Amino acid sequence: MAGASYSVPPVTATLVWTLWILAALVVIGLYLSWTAGRLDRLHARIDAARAALDAQLLRRASVAQELATSGVLDPASSIVLYEAAHAARQAEEEQREVAESELSQALRAVFEDPQQVEEVREAPGGDAAASELAEAVRRVPMARRFHNDAVGSARRLREHRKVRWFRLAGHAAFPLAFEMDDEPPAALVERTA
Amino acid sequence: MRIGIVCPYSWDVPGGVQFHIRDLAEYFIRLGHDVSVLAPADDDTPLPPYVVSAGRAVPVPYNGSVARLNFGFLSAARVRRWLHDGAFDVVHIHEPTSPSLGLLTCWAAQGPMVATFHTSNPRSRAMIAAYSILQAALEKISARIAVSEYARRTLVEHLGGDAVVIPNGVDVDFFAKAEPRPEWQGDTIGFIGRIDEPRKGLPVLMRALPKILAARPQTRLLVAGRGDEEAAVESLPAEVRSRVEFLGMVSDEDKARFLRSLDLYVAPNTGGESFGIILVEALSAGAPVLASDLDAFVQVLDQGAAGELFANEDADALAEAAVRLLEDPERRAGLRARGSVHVRRFDWSTVGADILSVYETVTAGAAAVAADERSGLRARFGLARD
Repeated sequence: MAGASYSVPPVTATLVWTLWILAALVVIGLYLSWTAGRLDRLHARIDAARAALDAQLLRRASVAQELATSGVLDPASSIVLYEAAHAARQAEEEQREVAESELSQALRAVFEDPQQVEEVREAPGGDAAASELAEAVRRVPMARRFHNDAVGSARRLREHRKVRWFRLAGHAAFPLAFEMDDEPPAALVERTA
Repeated sequence: MRIGIVCPYSWDVPGGVQFHIRDLAEYFIRLGHDVSVLAPADDDTPLPPYVVSAGRAVPVPYNGSVARLNFGFLSAARVRRWLHDGAFDVVHIHEPTSPSLGLLTCWAAQGPMVATFHTSNPRSRAMIAAYSILQAALEKISARIAVSEYARRTLVEHLGGDAVVIPNGVDVDFFAKAEPRPEWQGDTIGFIGRIDEPRKGLPVLMRALPKILAARPQTRLLVAGRGDEEAAVESLPAEVRSRVEFLGMVSDEDKARFLRSLDLYVAPNTGGESFGIILVEALSAGAPVLASDLDAFVQVLDQGAAGELFANEDADALAEAAVRLLEDPERRAGLRARGSVHVRRFDWSTVGADILSVYETVTAGAAAVAADERSGLRARFGLARD
């Protein structure tokens, strides 16, 4: 077959080469478009996860604030909790992680003693409030983990050569993990029936 | 909530993942949710009303053994139809890394997806080769669940990302309320598991048995599980063999009664366990547990507070601990009491609520699950409806 190629006129040979290069370009193009699609989906997942995290954080702060103003807790605990919950809800984006961590610490300080949790549960309507808070402090770490998992996936893909060279990420901001102390108060999530 | 669950393994073959999915589905149905389970099954197998068959699984050599898997156009089409008919709010995929229905669903769907990683397989060669394909499918999962801290660690190491830990569930009361059977009581040690599967550890227990009997000759070893009984006792001296009783496969009811009757449950597994559901069942039944110190077991037993641990594969340590426990009824009563309290966190009421929390977290404000149009070729040319 090697001999046969000598008989091919130069124009045809160029054409064959051009076709090959075109085919390769199409394949590369498809691959890049597929990668861009992957990245797009990851960014959408991060947005959804972030919205879910925001919702859980807000819910936690609201329940905490409700408890603080309900009069079930002693005045000192109420003030500590109210301050922290208020700060978490009002925090600017840059201070958010710190403010939410401080709310976690305040919650741990207030509900460190299982006795305190019992007292809240015994107050009228307190059982529902305590359960809501317990649920909220359990869901925040969940939502945060799902968010950071999505962020990790997107970052790994974005750091890849093909994404950087061809600027597949477009103008989307580099995704950042949400770092905070989300350890729940042990007495509140203790589930030994 | 409309929940779709994907089971990667044949519904006709009993297994941990299948039981987990069955119990989970039934728990959600009791709460009033709409549940559909997609599972491989032979066409003539009777299925519960909530299970949809994805066709027969094909035995294929995979990862060093013959696995029964579903793949190809037909399975993919069935997955798509199931997704379309179900209009689920959330799809829960089990074992998404096995090249079967789970992976196909990841590929075909978009929207809120939750995945549970049961086993902690070391990364196989095939997985490394298929890594980028796998990664692209796994990236669509919005929430990952690992069944133990150990499984989570392997997941993080092999696939990156993170997961929440939610243990496997057990119906604690089913075991706690079972009636003990007198013929299984009185200085009995119990073992449940495949007899001829060395990783279940029966050989270790057999090596320890002569020593246990030397100290306490009245002890009996009761073994429940399939396998070659002759081969299992081959290594034992003749006088010891009579102290071993084989019960064969036992029903769920008998398993609960068995665990309720024992003086000591021994789990000598040597590896390959990512969770250890049998320990949870034993604890639920109030059996004092002695287990090898596998990572997963240490965690289930609360670092040794809810049950005793011995050095893995060390028959002497097993014998020594077993004799010590059998001679100390107070210690065993203590273990029973602590175990019964500790095991509540594995009850379906807790585990199911946690899984539901995960669903609610990922579905809040999200659209329902739909077929992923973008994975088709048409989409590459911008023809898909998006």
